[in-house]
Amino acid sequence: MKRQSYDGVVVTSPVTVPYVRYSQETAHWWIARALRATLATASLRPDEIDGFSVSSFSLFPDTPVGLSQHLGLTLRWLDTVPMGGASAVAGFRRAARAVHAGDVDIVACVAGDSNYIDSFRKLLSSFSRFSMDATYPYGFGGPNASFALLTDAYMAQYGATREDFGKIAVSQRDNALKNPDAIMKKPLTMEEYLNARPISDPIALFDCVMPVAGSEAFLVMREEEANRRSLPYARVASTIERVNAFPEDPIQLRGGWAMDIDEFWEMAGFGPGDIDLLQTYDDYPVISMMQMEDLGFCKKGEGPDFVRKHDLTIGGDFPHNTSGGQLSVGQAGAAGGYLGFVEALRQVTGLAGGTQVEGARRAVVSGFGMINYDRGLLSAAAALEGVTP
Amino acid sequence: MSEILTQMAASLASGETKVIDLTHTLDPDFPVIILPPEFGQCARFRMEEVSAYDHRGPAWKWHNLTLNEHTGTHFDAPIHWISGRDVPNGAVDEIDVKNFIGPVVVIDCSEGSAKDPDFVLTAEIILEWEKEHGPVPADSWVLMRTDWSKRKGIDYLNMAEDGPHSPGPMPDAIELLLERGIRGFGTETVGTDAGQGTHFSPPYPAHFLLHGAGKFGLQCLCNLDLLPPTGAILLATPLKIKGGTGSPLRVLALIPGEGA
Amino acid sequence: MSIPLTPPPKKDPQKRTRVPTLPPAMRSRAATGISAAAAEGRFALQHCEECGTVQYPPRDACCKCLSVDLTYKDTETGAEVLAETRIHASPDPFFRERLPWRQGSVKLDAGPVAVVHLHGDVGRGDRVRMAMKLDKAGQGVLIALPIERTEAMEDDPTLRGLTAHPKHRRILITDGRNPVAVPLAKALLKAGASTVFVGEAEAWRRWPGRAALEAIEGVEIMDLDVSDMRSVTELAGEIGGKTDILINTARFVRPGGVTMQDTVFAREELDVNVLGVMRLAQAFGPGMAGRVQDGTNNAVAFVNVLSSYALVPDPAYGAFSASQAAARSVCQTLRGEYRPQGLRVMTVYTGPTDDEWHQPLPPPKVAPSALARDIVNGLIEGLEDVYSGDVAKDMFERWQRDAKVLEREMTTGGGI
Repeated sequence: MKRQSYDGVVVTSPVTVPYVRYSQETAHWWIARALRATLATASLRPDEIDGFSVSSFSLFPDTPVGLSQHLGLTLRWLDTVPMGGASAVAGFRRAARAVHAGDVDIVACVAGDSNYIDSFRKLLSSFSRFSMDATYPYGFGGPNASFALLTDAYMAQYGATREDFGKIAVSQRDNALKNPDAIMKKPLTMEEYLNARPISDPIALFDCVMPVAGSEAFLVMREEEANRRSLPYARVASTIERVNAFPEDPIQLRGGWAMDIDEFWEMAGFGPGDIDLLQTYDDYPVISMMQMEDLGFCKKGEGPDFVRKHDLTIGGDFPHNTSGGQLSVGQAGAAGGYLGFVEALRQVTGLAGGTQVEGARRAVVSGFGMINYDRGLLSAAAALEGVTP
Repeated sequence: MSEILTQMAASLASGETKVIDLTHTLDPDFPVIILPPEFGQCARFRMEEVSAYDHRGPAWKWHNLTLNEHTGTHFDAPIHWISGRDVPNGAVDEIDVKNFIGPVVVIDCSEGSAKDPDFVLTAEIILEWEKEHGPVPADSWVLMRTDWSKRKGIDYLNMAEDGPHSPGPMPDAIELLLERGIRGFGTETVGTDAGQGTHFSPPYPAHFLLHGAGKFGLQCLCNLDLLPPTGAILLATPLKIKGGTGSPLRVLALIPGEGA
Repeated sequence: MSIPLTPPPKKDPQKRTRVPTLPPAMRSRAATGISAAAAEGRFALQHCEECGTVQYPPRDACCKCLSVDLTYKDTETGAEVLAETRIHASPDPFFRERLPWRQGSVKLDAGPVAVVHLHGDVGRGDRVRMAMKLDKAGQGVLIALPIERTEAMEDDPTLRGLTAHPKHRRILITDGRNPVAVPLAKALLKAGASTVFVGEAEAWRRWPGRAALEAIEGVEIMDLDVSDMRSVTELAGEIGGKTDILINTARFVRPGGVTMQDTVFAREELDVNVLGVMRLAQAFGPGMAGRVQDGTNNAVAFVNVLSSYALVPDPAYGAFSASQAAARSVCQTLRGEYRPQGLRVMTVYTGPTDDEWHQPLPPPKVAPSALARDIVNGLIEGLEDVYSGDVAKDMFERWQRDAKVLEREMTTGGGI
């Protein structure tokens, strides 16, 4: 059966609570701030929403059920989206269908995590059973080592060079310098990128995101509600989601997008050439490069050449990760899965401020996540079209 | 107090009578008799700490001991040997306590033993000794001095492939002593018999003949070189072990002191 | 080739001994099969009993057919390295001290992909031989090794950290009177041990093999009687701080069943064979556990040589068998106690040994030289359980197949 559109449902009120490197505050605190800000944007009181979608790694011992009492919310629809880098797209998809069906009117989608000293190590230690059994005992390199193996294989297979990944990182830093909330505030040169401290060969310091504390949010509501409140919003033309794609691939050289990409563009009604900017999930540059390929911007294996041939900065011919992405803004746990979505929403509604791509109306945002063992198990993407009242 | 005991006390106090310790320290490394391995063996002395002012007993220290009746300096009762198994009152707890204190004579075989580890005490040697010191008194302990107690480690048992080599009495010597009516016989070696005593007739004559006659044995003695040939008193009091065939003990001798 | 290890310099007395840390030790229940295989020197993966799928990482259900009928089975060891990385940063204290650390992704011939340790002589694109080894946390891990032996390959730091190789280590054999002592001392020295201390109980008692031991260069005979706590404590005071491997060969054995057996012998068997292990563990264990990361010649293994009658008794050696079963249990407890400290407890099970106490038994019997070879090999391979000789191997196999049937076979006349 052909999937139904999201007609009549929109996404609005993008919020990023500026990140900090370490925070003594809890995930509850960070989520409260993002929720409050997104509601304020739409002039809503907490008792005026009836749906809540939460993504967080550090709520323990609470779940979003306990969090609703913690925050004084009375709800008729609650969702937990533990999907890491795919959280925003996945959270939106579920919320949009519920709003579409009338199960709920307004859903606040929020992601946030804290970052205490040593909390990253502790998060890793209990991340997954396969990691516990089959990766951490082998050097405990965390995701750096896992992505290093993918990067090593990708470079060997397709001839990508460190400079190709460097171009992604350097361009994003360039973008980040226009984002006052980015953690990274200094320019990054290709030379600095190439000479950086090695982390897990071939990955070096500027291939890695910095764990931070922060939160992100947006609202999902019916179009007439957004219009009634005179909110800038975006329609969502298409989404896809895939779990555990290509399990037979010995090593991950492609993501789940490659399974769903035809349906994605067919549902969107436009193609890769029609979009104004791309927000990829950039926990490591190699994954951004794979997304450019698997989302159809170039063929498999042509990612390196595609990057070489395009200007990825805000003012360039292929604006990519315009906020600076996680590589320059930081990775705030599950909020990392929201960063691109919230930035895309700002871009297509003209709210991006210093990072605004001129005339941006269509954006593709993709998510990727959860290195359960040797590969990211989740992929997701959404095409957003902005509507300004 | 009787006069004699009063004099005794005074004599001990003044040093006119001296007390000599004839006992080896009970030590895990002190040799015990070795039998062919298919036979049961004499337990080595072992101390197991029960507590030492610690969580196992905060204010006290004590040990559990493991040992054989015949470990270290020890006493052999008649029932130790098959020949003495039917001797009345032949176990350590049954022996009349007056046997535990009495006169002692010492036959010096140290010179011969120094030359020949298989040196044997013969009836002839005893008769020679009697020429000088008079007859071996009835009901006395007879100790064979060899200075063997000064040997250390591997030289003490002095084992070779054909068995141990250490001095001891010949059957005729024991027979003569029994004729004299002695109370018991003692040595500095690991047993009352010679190392090669198994080849004598009867084998192990000291054990066989003495115990068969209801007499006692003492072994692993030391400091016999400090005793006079005659005139000393021996105190050898085994533990009162029910049905015991022997016992580790503290052996003391009373000898004339400096001022005597 | 690996860089050959040089003999470690004398320890700087002003430097603090490195406090032991362990690699991540948590494992799921399903993954315990890896550790069990590693302990025995096998390479075993989960096989689905219904569809035959071989899978890794370990799961609770088959990832092809959802059957929960999964069994660890010995699996082909061939593989190819798909990718490699050299980790330079880790939040884990154990690996932080050992960076950089090489990790690889391998495609196993049996099907699954595994993230593994890489021996220094292999890298991306290489055909490799996979092995399972116990790491410092006592947990099974996979390592990719060169197919053909490479020069000084045992000196590769990653591989050495997973084994208890005698090279440059100081080793105590607790009982020199055991016929295995001479060939064992020779084999250890040949494997590179720097010193072999050999315990001598009751030095006041002559014994025939002493001269042969004394004649070996590198052997030092020391007073040690495992039945005497004082003796064990004294030797630990003397060499406990430099005993890197302890091999307990002390054994008291007398034939005889239970009804007719003498409790004096039985007590001696329990005292030497069981309490002896406890005494050694109490005196040497803490010092060894504190030195499990003390450089090249760190403490690595506490070894006990037991009889395979520990598994099921031979009624002709009833009380002795009981002491072996008890000793096995003590070793297993020690393993539990030492594992969190990073010290390996190896148990070598041997069939009847070719000596005076098994003289009337028919062959096969384990020659001391063969037992010595198996002990050294167990150290080199880093095993927990070694079965030496045909009888022990056969008994273990039958014991695994059906312990009750083996008991019947062993106790119904004729023994093995």
